[in-house]
Amino acid sequence: MTAILPADADDAAGMTERPTRRQPMTNPPASRAASPLGDAVFALLAKAAAVLTLSLLIGIIGSLIYGAWPAIQTYGLSFLWRTEWDPVQEQFGGLVMIYGTLMTSLVALLIAVPVSFGIAMFLTELSPSWLKRPLGIAVELLAAVPSIVYGMWGLLVFGPILAEYVQQPLQNLTQGVPYLGALFSGPPVGIGILAAGIILAIMIIPFIASVMRDVFEVTPPMLKESAYGLGSTTWEVVWKVVLPYTKTGVVGGIMLGLGRALGETMAVTFVIGNMNQLQSLSVFEAANSITSALANEFAEAGEGLHQASLVYLGLILFFITFVVLAFSKVLLARLKKSEGARS
Amino acid sequence: MSVAAHHNSALQATRKRRHAARKRTNYIALALSLGAMAFGLVWLIWILIETVRLGVGGLTLATFTQMTPPPQEAGGLANAIYGSLVMVGLATLIGTPVGVMAGIYLAEYGQKGWLGSVTRFINDILLSAPSIVVGLFIYSTVVARSKTFSGWAGVLALALIVVPVVIRTTENMLTLVPNALREAAYALGMPKWRVISQITLKSARAGVITGVLLAVARISGETAPLLFTALSNQFFTSDLGQPMASLPVTIFKFAMSPYENWQQLAWAGVFLITVGVLALNIAARTLFRQR
Repeated sequence: MTAILPADADDAAGMTERPTRRQPMTNPPASRAASPLGDAVFALLAKAAAVLTLSLLIGIIGSLIYGAWPAIQTYGLSFLWRTEWDPVQEQFGGLVMIYGTLMTSLVALLIAVPVSFGIAMFLTELSPSWLKRPLGIAVELLAAVPSIVYGMWGLLVFGPILAEYVQQPLQNLTQGVPYLGALFSGPPVGIGILAAGIILAIMIIPFIASVMRDVFEVTPPMLKESAYGLGSTTWEVVWKVVLPYTKTGVVGGIMLGLGRALGETMAVTFVIGNMNQLQSLSVFEAANSITSALANEFAEAGEGLHQASLVYLGLILFFITFVVLAFSKVLLARLKKSEGARS
Repeated sequence: MSVAAHHNSALQATRKRRHAARKRTNYIALALSLGAMAFGLVWLIWILIETVRLGVGGLTLATFTQMTPPPQEAGGLANAIYGSLVMVGLATLIGTPVGVMAGIYLAEYGQKGWLGSVTRFINDILLSAPSIVVGLFIYSTVVARSKTFSGWAGVLALALIVVPVVIRTTENMLTLVPNALREAAYALGMPKWRVISQITLKSARAGVITGVLLAVARISGETAPLLFTALSNQFFTSDLGQPMASLPVTIFKFAMSPYENWQQLAWAGVFLITVGVLALNIAARTLFRQR
C-alpha cells in the first residue's frame, strides 16, 4: 500500500502539470519541423552510394572485357591451354600462369586448412579463457601484416632457410623415388611454387582460422555438453559433433581463404621466381602466376596484344575468384540461416 | 560360470584397450592443436623480429629527409613516405563518405529489397577481390584515357579498396544499434535522416571509426593497385597529376634489386609500414573495445 501511494501522488502531480506541458507543442521551433526534402535527399544519397558500389563490379567486369577484347578475339578460349608466352613474337597463352596460380593456392590450402582447424579447435575448446582474446588478436594481426612485408621476408629471410633445411633434405630423401622424386626435383634455391605456397598459407591461416573459430562458437552448447556427458573426449566432440554441425561454414571459410590466396599479388611475386616454364612440374621450380605476371609486365607492356593478353589473364583471375568467393558467401549464409532457424 | 567370468574379463580388457586408444587419440589431437597454435604464432613473431632487426638498422634521420637515391648512393625515403601519406589520406577522404552512405543504405533503407541484398553480396565479394584487378580497372578507365600515370589514379584505386571495408563495418555497427533508440527518436518527431545522422550513426560512431582505421591500415600496405596507376617516381612531387612514389612500390622496387643500399632502405620502409599498420590495427581494436 505504501508503495502505491507515492505513485498516486506522482500521477496526481502529472495531471496538474499536463496543461503546462502541452504548451510548447502548439508552437514547435522551426528548425525541428520535419522537412521532407532533407529526408528525400539523404535517402537518395544513400541509395546512390549503394548503386555506385554495385556499378563498380559491373564497371570492373566491363573494363576487363573491353581491355582484353583483342586477345579474346585472337585466341578465344584456346588462351586457356596455350603455353607460349612470347612478347617478342606476339604469341600469348595463359596456361603457365593459370597453373602457377592454382598450384600455389593448392599448396597453400594443403598447409593452411589443417593448421587453421587446429588453431580454431585450440581457441574454442582448449585455451583458458584469459588467453583466448590475446591469441585471437595475435592471429588476426597476422592477417593485418601487409603482403609486401611477407614477400620481402619470404625472399630474403625465409627462402634461404627453406632451401637449406627443407628442400635439400627432401631432395636427398626422395632421390630415386619414382613420382615423389620428380615432384621435388629442380634447383633447391628457396624460390618457386613451394615457397610461394608456404607464404600464402601463412597469409591465409588467419582468415580461415577466424571463420572456423566463429562458426565453431555458434555450435549450441547443449549439443557439445550432451556429447561430453556421454563420455566423449574433446577430440571426439570437435570431430564428430562440432565439425558436422558447422560443415558448411567451415567450407565457406576455406573458400574465403582460397579466394584470398588466388588473388594475392605481392607476396607471390617476390618468391615465385617469375619464370614462364611448364616443362618441370616440380614444386621447387620457379614458375609464374597470373598476379605476378601482371605485377611484373603490365606497366611496361606496349599497347596491343601483349597488354590485352595480360588483361585477359586478369579477367580469368577475377572470374575464378568471383566464383570461389560467391560460393563461400552462399555457404556461410546458409549456415547463418539454419542457425537462426534452430535457435 | 568360469566361461562367463572369462568372457567378462575379456570384455573388460577390450573396453580398457579401447578407452586407452580413445584417450591416446585425444592427447595426440590436443597436442597437434597446440602445435598448430604455436605454428601460427611463430610466423608473426619471426616476421616481427626480422623486420625490427633489419629495419631499425637502416633507419636514420636521412630516411625521413632525403629523396630515394640512385643505386649505390646515400639517400632516404622522404618522397615515398610523403606520397604514401598523401595518397592514403585522400583515398580515405574520398572512400569513407561513400562507404558510410552505402552502409547506411544497407542497414537503414535496403534491408529487404533486392538492391540491398545484391549490394551486400557484391560488397562481400569486392572485399576479398584481388586488389591488382582494381589496379587494372583504374588503369583502363583513368590512366589509359589521360595517357599518364598519376597520383590521382593511385588515390582512386586506393579509394575503391576503402569503400567495401567501410561499408561492411558501417552496416554491421548500425544493425547493432537497438531499435528502441530509433523508435524513441521517431516518436519525438524526428525525420528519418536526422534520426540516422544524429542518433544511430552517433551511437555507432566508435565502430564506424574502427572500420575506417582498418581500411587505412589495409591501404597503407597495398602495393598491387598502385603498380600501374601511381607507378613510382624517383623525385619529390606534390603534383598529383604526375607519377607519384609510394612506400610499398618503392619497397618492391628496392627489395628486388641487387644493390645493398636499396635493400637496406627497403627494410627500413618495411619496418615503417609494419609498425604503422599494426599500430593502426591495435588502435582500432582498443577503440572498439572501449565502447
